[in-house]
Amino acid sequence: MSRQSIELSGISKSFGPTQVLKEIDLSVREGEFLSLVGMSGCGKSTLLRIIAGLELPDDGVVEIGGENVTSRDPADRNLAMVFQSYALYPHMTVRQNIATPLRMRMLPLAARLPLLGRLLAPRETLSQIDAAVEQAADTLQITHLLDRKPAQLSGGQRQRVALARALVRQPAAFLMDEPLSNLDAKLRAHMRDELAALHRRLGATFIYVTHDQVEAMTMSDRIALMIEGRIEQLGTPDDLYRTPATLSVARFIGSPTINLLPAEVTADRQVTVAGMETGLHAEEGPATLGIRAEDFHLASTGMPARLLRAETHGADRFLTCQLMAGDGSVVVLRQSASDRPSADADGKLHLRFAADRVHLFGADGRRRPVYVGGKVAA
Amino acid sequence: MLRFLPHVVLAIGAAIMLLPFYWMALTSIRSPAEIFDISLWPIPETFSGGQNYAQAANTVPMARFMLNGVIVCSGILIVQVLTAVPAAYALAKLQFPGRRLLMALVIAALCVPMQALALPLFVGLAKANLLNTYFAQMAPFFLSVFAIFLFRQSFRSYPDEIIEAARMDGFTEMEICWRLVLRGSLPSLAAFSVFSVVAHWNDLYWPLIVVSDMAIAPPPLGMLFFSDVETGANYGALMAGAAMITAPMIVCFLLARRSFIAGITMTGVK
Repeated sequence: MSRQSIELSGISKSFGPTQVLKEIDLSVREGEFLSLVGMSGCGKSTLLRIIAGLELPDDGVVEIGGENVTSRDPADRNLAMVFQSYALYPHMTVRQNIATPLRMRMLPLAARLPLLGRLLAPRETLSQIDAAVEQAADTLQITHLLDRKPAQLSGGQRQRVALARALVRQPAAFLMDEPLSNLDAKLRAHMRDELAALHRRLGATFIYVTHDQVEAMTMSDRIALMIEGRIEQLGTPDDLYRTPATLSVARFIGSPTINLLPAEVTADRQVTVAGMETGLHAEEGPATLGIRAEDFHLASTGMPARLLRAETHGADRFLTCQLMAGDGSVVVLRQSASDRPSADADGKLHLRFAADRVHLFGADGRRRPVYVGGKVAA
Repeated sequence: MLRFLPHVVLAIGAAIMLLPFYWMALTSIRSPAEIFDISLWPIPETFSGGQNYAQAANTVPMARFMLNGVIVCSGILIVQVLTAVPAAYALAKLQFPGRRLLMALVIAALCVPMQALALPLFVGLAKANLLNTYFAQMAPFFLSVFAIFLFRQSFRSYPDEIIEAARMDGFTEMEICWRLVLRGSLPSLAAFSVFSVVAHWNDLYWPLIVVSDMAIAPPPLGMLFFSDVETGANYGALMAGAAMITAPMIVCFLLARRSFIAGITMTGVK
């Protein structure tokens, strides 16, 4: 059923003088869960709306399952969309809401009219629709809600109805526009699991827009990180976390935010931070060194720092420290809560980092190779 | 005590507004001898209500006037809604070149009084040989810019995401307009219906210009015929007639009151 590839090539879009999408190329594989992630205003929602057909691109081609659908109406693309506000029809019951996409597709205009339509609609089609609605409701466990109106449902229940309405039409792909952002934190985590499970069960193509990197990281097969109308990096969640292609990607992905230290690569290719040699080698020039919180550790020697704050989050503890050398950058270190923060009485400690897991970015923000001894570190 | 002050002020205002109605009802049951009595006491010395109402109902075809009023008002209302709803939907929710200009024209048209158009309309209808028809009474009001404006204000608040979901589900634009957006603005429809029906039920100006045949006269014009026929000093019967033609409007307002108030407060039109 819902397995189609989606191919975007050269998609550009401007609203007035602002260009929101700049020649986007993206191919979404059959059955893949792909997230479009980025800050608000990066163009991710516009891109999704172009795929849906709600917005026409100024330039470029949209293909679904190998067919060019660029100028086709939204209804003729056989896509289902789940909106941030759920967009349920407020005057219809849950049952009618879920049945609507099928009624619109399977019944002729005359049979969709109120009152009169009831006489014109073929019995057989109606019972097919009923069966499909029951099945979709069953999948999402909302059978007991079928006769309520959307206003009588909680946020999580509305979310399920919206999913059922998407599901029932067996679309070529599911498009989701920040579907979880109106839910509270606990429910969001729960629905995240359910969405991932739904994706596994259906094996359908999902395109999921979110500004929340945690959502993207936990559910996606691949992530397209968008910045200012371009796809900055496309890859698996692991790729983006472990080998961010640019400084912006490194900053966006990961929580807490990656620690960035201004670095200098001297003429003899030594990477120095705050005037100290790090034992890393790279191409000469100004650079930025990125170190994830978990790649720092406390040691008896190393970069001297002062402990500003220690926060324990269950199993983890985050230590916020200020480096005593250089420009006094503040870094965050993650350790297990069972380790003791070994600062001496006046809060001084020494930091070391895993040299093979650092990220080095040049002045242009692009990732640069860095070497430990003779080997490429990352 | 200060707490009740607003209520006292409002009650006085309401009493002043209601006084003419009360006076009309009172006069309609008084005998000719008492008509000019300034007392507001509700029980007349001689109760002539039956006589006054019977005279009003029998001297002129009051039922006919009422029916004419119903035909004219419903004709106007139906065409107004049929034309204004799609126009308002387009102005509120669709993107097309000239939208702002058209909206400006709608607002400009709100400023044109009926009287300014009366002469050309009359000449046009006369040339077309349409005077003394229901059509002549209805036609000038078919396109209501007020309705377009009112509905547009109300439609604007309809969530765009639902419209987009509907487009993806395969609704046509007309179905979105009538089955979803108007459905979400029923209070505005009720409010506009009350405005429209009351305005045209009570209209004397335009029927006076295009109608001279008593058989198709709406209630206010009928009343005018009645007072011509009966003249004299029988204000009791005249007020009985007035009370009879006002009653449907009061009933109509009371039925739609809740929606009417929701409709005008929601859209910010007062």
